[in-house]
Amino acid sequence: MEIGLTHFLTLSAVLFGIGLFGALTKRHAIAILMCIEIMLNAVNISMVAFSRWVAPVDLTGQVFAIFIIVVAAAEAAVGLAIVMSIYRARQSVEVDKADLLKG
Amino acid sequence: MGVTIAFWLLAIMCIISALAVVLGRNIFRAALLLALLFFSVAGLYIILNADFLAAVQVLIYVGAVAILVLLAIMLTRDVTAGGALNKFRLPALIFSLLLVMALVYSVLSTPWQISPQAPLETTTAALGEKLFGEGGFILPVEVAAVLLLASALGAIVLVKEKDGKWKSG
Repeated sequence: MEIGLTHFLTLSAVLFGIGLFGALTKRHAIAILMCIEIMLNAVNISMVAFSRWVAPVDLTGQVFAIFIIVVAAAEAAVGLAIVMSIYRARQSVEVDKADLLKG
Repeated sequence: MGVTIAFWLLAIMCIISALAVVLGRNIFRAALLLALLFFSVAGLYIILNADFLAAVQVLIYVGAVAILVLLAIMLTRDVTAGGALNKFRLPALIFSLLLVMALVYSVLSTPWQISPQAPLETTTAALGEKLFGEGGFILPVEVAAVLLLASALGAIVLVKEKDGKWKSG
C-alpha cells in the first residue's frame, strides 16, 4: 500500500496520544516538558504532511511548522528555567510538591 | 518501495522512543531517547519532501532543545526519579486512548482533497520567499523575533539568584 496522508496523520495522532498521557501522568517536571515536546512534534508531522499532500506548492503548512518550532524552543527555554528556579527554592522537581499557591 | 520501508522504520522508531520516554524509569535515558525521537521525525520530514525543515529539526531540536533538557536534568539532581506516575494514570490512559481513537477515526473517515501537483524538489528558496516576500509572513517573523528575545531574557531572569549574584557551586 502506498504511503499517503492518512499514514502520517495516524502516526501523528498516536504520538500525540502518547505525549498527552505522559504530560498528564508524570510527576517529574522535566519529564512533563519532554512529553509536551513529543506532542508539539506530533503536530508538526501532521502540518508537514498536510503541506506535502494538500498544498504541495504553497508550503503554508511548512511555514506553520517553522513557527511551531520557534514557539517550542521559547517554551523549552522558559519552562526549564522555571523548573530550575522551583528546584532552587524547594530542592525538588516533583510537580506535586510545588503547591505554594494551594489554599 | 524504499519510501514505504523508510516510513515504517521511522514510524516504529518514533513510537518506541516516545513510549520509552513516557514509561521509562531513568529520566536521563528518557532525554537521550527524546533526541532519537527528534532525529526520526527529521527523517520523516525528508520523506515528506521538506528538506529545510529536516535540517531545522536536527539543528534546533536535536542540537538545542535536547541539550537544554539534558543540562536541566544534570543541574537538578533527581536523575533517576523520572519513572513515577501520579494517581491519575488510569483516567489519563482512558482519556488518551479515547482521544487517539477519535482522531484516527476522523482521519480515516474524512475525504481528504489530495492535490495532484508534484511537491517542490527543494523548499528552502520557496520558504524564504513565503516568509519574507510580498504578501507573506513577515509580521509573524517579526513577532517571533520579539518572542525569542523575551523568552531568552525571561530564562536569564528566572535562573538568576534573587540578590543578583550568580550561584556558585
